[in-house]
Amino acid sequence: MQNEELIVAKGLTKKYGDFTAVNEIDFAVRKGESFGFLGPNGAGKSTTMRIIAATLTRTSGQISILGKDPADRGPEIRAHLGVVPQQDNLDQALTVTDNLYIYGRYFGLPRKFVKSKIDELLEFAQLTDKRNAKVESLSGGMKRRLTIARALISEPEILMLDEPTTGLDPQARHILWDRLFRLKEQGVTLLITTHYMDEAEQLCDRLMVMDKGSIMAEDSPADLIKKFSTKEVLEVRFGSDRNSQVSDQLKTMCERIEVLPDRILMYADDAELLLESIHRASLHPLTSLVRRSSLEDVFLRLTGRSLIE
Amino acid sequence: MITTMAVAIAEKRIGRRGESVYSGRAKAVLERSYLAFRSSAWIVVLTGFLEPVMYLFSFGYGVGKLIGKIEVAPGHFVSYAAFIAPALLATSAMNGAIYDSTWNVFFKLRFDRVYQGMLATSMGPLDVALGEMAWALIRGLAYATAFMIIVGLLGLITTPVALLAIPAAVLIAFGFAAIGMAVTTYIKSFEQMNLINIVMLPMFLFSGSFYPLSIYPGWLQLFIKSLPLWHGVVLIRSVSLGIVNTSLIPHIIYFLVMILLGLFFTTKRLTQLFMR
Repeated sequence: MQNEELIVAKGLTKKYGDFTAVNEIDFAVRKGESFGFLGPNGAGKSTTMRIIAATLTRTSGQISILGKDPADRGPEIRAHLGVVPQQDNLDQALTVTDNLYIYGRYFGLPRKFVKSKIDELLEFAQLTDKRNAKVESLSGGMKRRLTIARALISEPEILMLDEPTTGLDPQARHILWDRLFRLKEQGVTLLITTHYMDEAEQLCDRLMVMDKGSIMAEDSPADLIKKFSTKEVLEVRFGSDRNSQVSDQLKTMCERIEVLPDRILMYADDAELLLESIHRASLHPLTSLVRRSSLEDVFLRLTGRSLIE
Repeated sequence: MITTMAVAIAEKRIGRRGESVYSGRAKAVLERSYLAFRSSAWIVVLTGFLEPVMYLFSFGYGVGKLIGKIEVAPGHFVSYAAFIAPALLATSAMNGAIYDSTWNVFFKLRFDRVYQGMLATSMGPLDVALGEMAWALIRGLAYATAFMIIVGLLGLITTPVALLAIPAAVLIAFGFAAIGMAVTTYIKSFEQMNLINIVMLPMFLFSGSFYPLSIYPGWLQLFIKSLPLWHGVVLIRSVSLGIVNTSLIPHIIYFLVMILLGLFFTTKRLTQLFMR
């Protein structure tokens, strides 16, 4: 079934005392899609992920994962999932191969079965020549790929990745994204949290924008941008003193304006044209940049704050 | 929906007692300890074995020369080395178990996040608790066997009943491992970890390992008798002298209670930390 919903949440809530980490959220993740939670640190993304992974109990609301409730089907649900946590928890005392092997054993898989999968997973993670290395000698990107390979040992239907590329250099990120695309092609459902908008745009079919425990919007990255922003953005700088002085005048010239501490964002469908009219009005910005709208703009619009502070 | 092997395995446990905390896979946790041991930890094991042997030579034969024979039961005298050997065996079972279940567990819990990884699978906290304690137990068995061989070679074993000291040492190791792991799951910092050493050393020195408890005033005797190592020392000393009777039952019960309490609190705490 194409539109089969693997994960369905209704009114899902998690409270820690007076603090509400996740506030009555609804969402559904379909089979084979790549679903993202986008939001700043503390938005409730990881909490939501842990509830799905049956390693955190909810306070109220409903959630079902493959038709099962994590409250009473924890071990089974965890057998369906591959989990890649935000902080690597590879076994430092073991080699690369042993990390894969023993993780399969934790699921109760037979030795023979696990051993037959190791070569394939090492190749997938591009770690074949590191197979006998200790984990601590691996680079950050290698560790993350090994964690992903480890999560795949049980052949999960859903792979959950919490901030998969945080702390990785650009090259390592691209290698990782490539691996995740391959998994998606193989039909694995991906659940990703990120606070990087480029990652969300690259990887996710559908996104849930979260802030302070609530869902602000949900759609494909392209449709979110269409819905909550203009086609283009003009970024201008007048220097920190003048930015606020000119903002009133600029406001009249475009659809919407955001005054940030260091620059002004002006939203318009044709930003080049807007820039010309600014020059014609004899307002000469120190610098100007015309770019396409991004998820960052969507987030700013929805929450009034930028994604990475 | 495709049912993978991992899911089929997990589904088999549905309806079993304690299915949410135990999957019957403590052996996978034990296998992990073996893999880790194979690659590095054998030096630690060697020192754990050497420690009681060195005590035996220094105190048993050095200090023992000055002391002569000791009366362990009315009219029953043994050499000083034979007197302390059982206590050293009990202590080595304790130390091995405590080292595994405190420092090793602390690192896996707080730094390497090994348990977090384990509990993201279809295993439960009781699998982790049992598997880790089983390792401490196997180590206790290895220490005890090696120590018995040395003691035997030195001619300090006078009765075949003394071989019961080996299962007794395993029981002692299990009890200490269970309590040690439970306590460690509540500990948050290195500073607090040092408290464990502050408890262990005096327990070793004052639990009747080197001299009979009868030299203490009554109240102090009662206090020492409430500590686990004293029960371990009495248990092993008794079987080493060939004494096996109902007087040993309270000591055995003491360790069984330690095991149950340790398993209960470790499971509870791991659930709190990683699954709540």
